[in-house]
Amino acid sequence: MQEALIDKVSDSDLGALVKEDRVHTSLYNDEHIFKLEMEKIFGRTWVWVAHESEVPNPGDFVTTHVGLQPAIVVRDKRGTVHVHLNRCRHRAATVCEARKGNAKGFVCPYHGWSYAQDGSMLGVPLPKGYSSDFDKADYALVSLRVESYAGLIFATFNDEAPSLDEFLGRAKPWIDLFMKQGGGYPVGTSGEHKFRFPGNWKIQLENTTDAYHFPIVHKSFLNSLDAQAEELFSFLDGDGFVEDLGNGHSVMVMIPELVDLEENLDAPIPERFKELAEELAADYSDEEVRRIVRAVGGSGFNLNLFPNLACSMAFFRVLRPVSVEETEIRHIAITMDGGPEAANRKRLRLHEHFQGPMGFGSPDDAEAWERVQRGSKAGPDMWIMLNRGTDGDGNGPGGVNRGDVSAETGMRAAYDMWKRMMTA
Amino acid sequence: MTQKITLEEAAALLWQEADLLDHREYDAWLNLWSDDGIYVVPIEKGVEDFANRLNYAYDDGEMRRMRVARLKSSYSMSAIAAADTIRTVSRFVVTGERSNEIDIRAAQILVEYRRDKTRPIAANVDVTVRRTENGLKLVKKVIWLAHSEEAVSGVGYLL
Ligand code: FES
Ligand SMILES: [Fe+2]
Repeated sequence: MQEALIDKVSDSDLGALVKEDRVHTSLYNDEHIFKLEMEKIFGRTWVWVAHESEVPNPGDFVTTHVGLQPAIVVRDKRGTVHVHLNRCRHRAATVCEARKGNAKGFVCPYHGWSYAQDGSMLGVPLPKGYSSDFDKADYALVSLRVESYAGLIFATFNDEAPSLDEFLGRAKPWIDLFMKQGGGYPVGTSGEHKFRFPGNWKIQLENTTDAYHFPIVHKSFLNSLDAQAEELFSFLDGDGFVEDLGNGHSVMVMIPELVDLEENLDAPIPERFKELAEELAADYSDEEVRRIVRAVGGSGFNLNLFPNLACSMAFFRVLRPVSVEETEIRHIAITMDGGPEAANRKRLRLHEHFQGPMGFGSPDDAEAWERVQRGSKAGPDMWIMLNRGTDGDGNGPGGVNRGDVSAETGMRAAYDMWKRMMTA
Repeated sequence: MTQKITLEEAAALLWQEADLLDHREYDAWLNLWSDDGIYVVPIEKGVEDFANRLNYAYDDGEMRRMRVARLKSSYSMSAIAAADTIRTVSRFVVTGERSNEIDIRAAQILVEYRRDKTRPIAANVDVTVRRTENGLKLVKKVIWLAHSEEAVSGVGYLL
């Protein structure tokens, strides 16, 4: 009889479940491992919580999660962004259920304890019921450490974590390139598609740098494009690559000519953007039109930031583990803040074309991920293979791992970090 | 002079549409549309300017044809694994009338079955129907999903 490997390993042996070119099936469906991940990964590293454009003004807030824990991201009146646990210090009620909004502070609806934007306690009703040593300072909302880079706001429970700057490391230049899709305007967020799939969070983490699946899973999307765009998305035999950026991060360059959106501005305007270019020409100079149009399709690469954010083409993809077998995904559309309406409309239509429950791409991805989870019930002692392109390991610039565009280098990078954190 | 569209006529068209969609007769469904028609599934409640907002679907004639081509192709694994649907459209209210058009608000209760799960999907639907030389045509359909602001998982059919 088969015995699942996980039964044989203690916590300190978790490392045995991740080998150089494969990971153990139990990583997808073992509840004990999931609990440890929430503690050792989501409880200790930098987790992406919001983009600055979601909370531009004092008092603006969005509610979200850090791992499994509900949290509030709020900008205070001085402009500092805070991330608080969404839990009243009295009996634990959430102090805010709105998805987003603007608030002077948060009043718990149960017994009325109130908190300022920075989390400090303002007061309690009928204070004379408490003994004289009741000190408001002891009952502030619990706040996480917060840092941001290029508009991306991250939070961590871990005071000992390295600075965000250090954590992002070699991913930073790629974040800078990604933000060039503002086309000269600040990058803004404009709504999102949110869905859940019955599968483990790491199945989607792997997908961000999985070009291998694209022509198969997204054939119906490819068929819906004009010939020129179809050519652009047939990147598997191109010069793209996947590179390990350290700390679990990785980048997959699909369309090398679209890595830097400020280059090649005099290249001909692609067929699918001709109409937009004509519309923009009425109000913008030729140079502005070219810059904006080139940025509209988004960046030619996917950047995976371990553990929960991907910067992909023209959207942010955020994952949230819900349980060992359920994951929530948000695809946040990116627009040019203050940019031309026509360009932003085009962005939204491109987003709807691929993403969302009725998109031509995401539902096929979700179906594939669901089938991975279902299939992983077979053969509990089997392994998930990540061995594509191992010959590129160590061959990139400066000896980093870099494989061709279809290599599984990015997944190996993520699991390497997983192993480091889970065995720390 | 065009003859006004009655509620009975509009209701018959919406029932025909529901029947075609449940039976995946997508080409016949395309024929129910006037080419300038817009099919929208919004995300945010109460939005009016759909074009400048993110939606689940915002389809003109070309996009509707592409969508149908995709659903009918054998290449989309989510379309192949799509749920079976049975829907009821009812509770019709006339919300507007012009010489050759009528606006209807209705309730749509769709029940889908897929992989051992039966799931109800509730929506309010705003529809505009126009009388043309080729009979009654849909010129607008806006599907306000009750759960549109929550996580909405793959829809491998048409709402
Ligand atoms: S639970 Fe918040 S005031 Fe009582
Ligand atoms: Fe995909």
